[in-house]
Amino acid sequence: MIWVVAVVVFIMLAAALAVLFLPNMIAAVVASAVVSLSLTVIFAIVKAPDVAMTEAAIGAGLSSLILAIGLKRLGYWKTDSIDKVKAGERHD
Amino acid sequence: MNSFFTIEGILYFGAISLSIIGLFGLLVSKNLFRMLLSLVLFEAGANLVLVLSGFIRNGIAPIFLDGNSGAVMNDPVPQALVLTAIVIGVGVQALALSLIFRVKKHYGSMDMRTIRSKLEREIATQAGVTPPGSNEAPAPVKLVKGEAHE
Repeated sequence: MIWVVAVVVFIMLAAALAVLFLPNMIAAVVASAVVSLSLTVIFAIVKAPDVAMTEAAIGAGLSSLILAIGLKRLGYWKTDSIDKVKAGERHD
Repeated sequence: MNSFFTIEGILYFGAISLSIIGLFGLLVSKNLFRMLLSLVLFEAGANLVLVLSGFIRNGIAPIFLDGNSGAVMNDPVPQALVLTAIVIGVGVQALALSLIFRVKKHYGSMDMRTIRSKLEREIATQAGVTPPGSNEAPAPVKLVKGEAHE
């Protein structure tokens, strides 16, 4: 059990760092959804199944939907950001 | 000290680290959208700390408690509060996103430095004084009517 907890916490912290340091905004939103899903597993482990259900439905589902709509309207919905980063045109 | 490698120790470490990562992102990042994502991380870490405060090692979930069995359960009050806090967090997130839309529409940029310089120039224009220069950059040149700028 303790190894399951350690692996999930590691995944959660790695995804949280990826949110801050990924240059592509779509990837950052997906990483924040990964943080929410890891948090769901942790809530289920600490015997809070109702909080886990809410986190999975709202924290991972609705929140990612809202952020994706925001990405679309703010003009970040593009996948060619890696080339721009290599060319030195980093936007964060 | 072997109390770190327990379930509670690892979970508290993860929760506090998540909060610190979110706070770091809020303070350091220059893009407004990344600041919003950091706010989401900070909220998640705070929720996890709150749920962990009611955690008992061998407790059972409050909604599965049989009244006569005498078993210990986790504290249900932080769980109920966090249930509300998750929903309110999504509301805060949507509000912040709508404010970001307005800022993008008005200033045409998402970079905090650009927005700040434009805001200072706007305030100075409205107050009728010359825009202040900073230590890094000299005071901006007076704009002449008809001259192409930027």
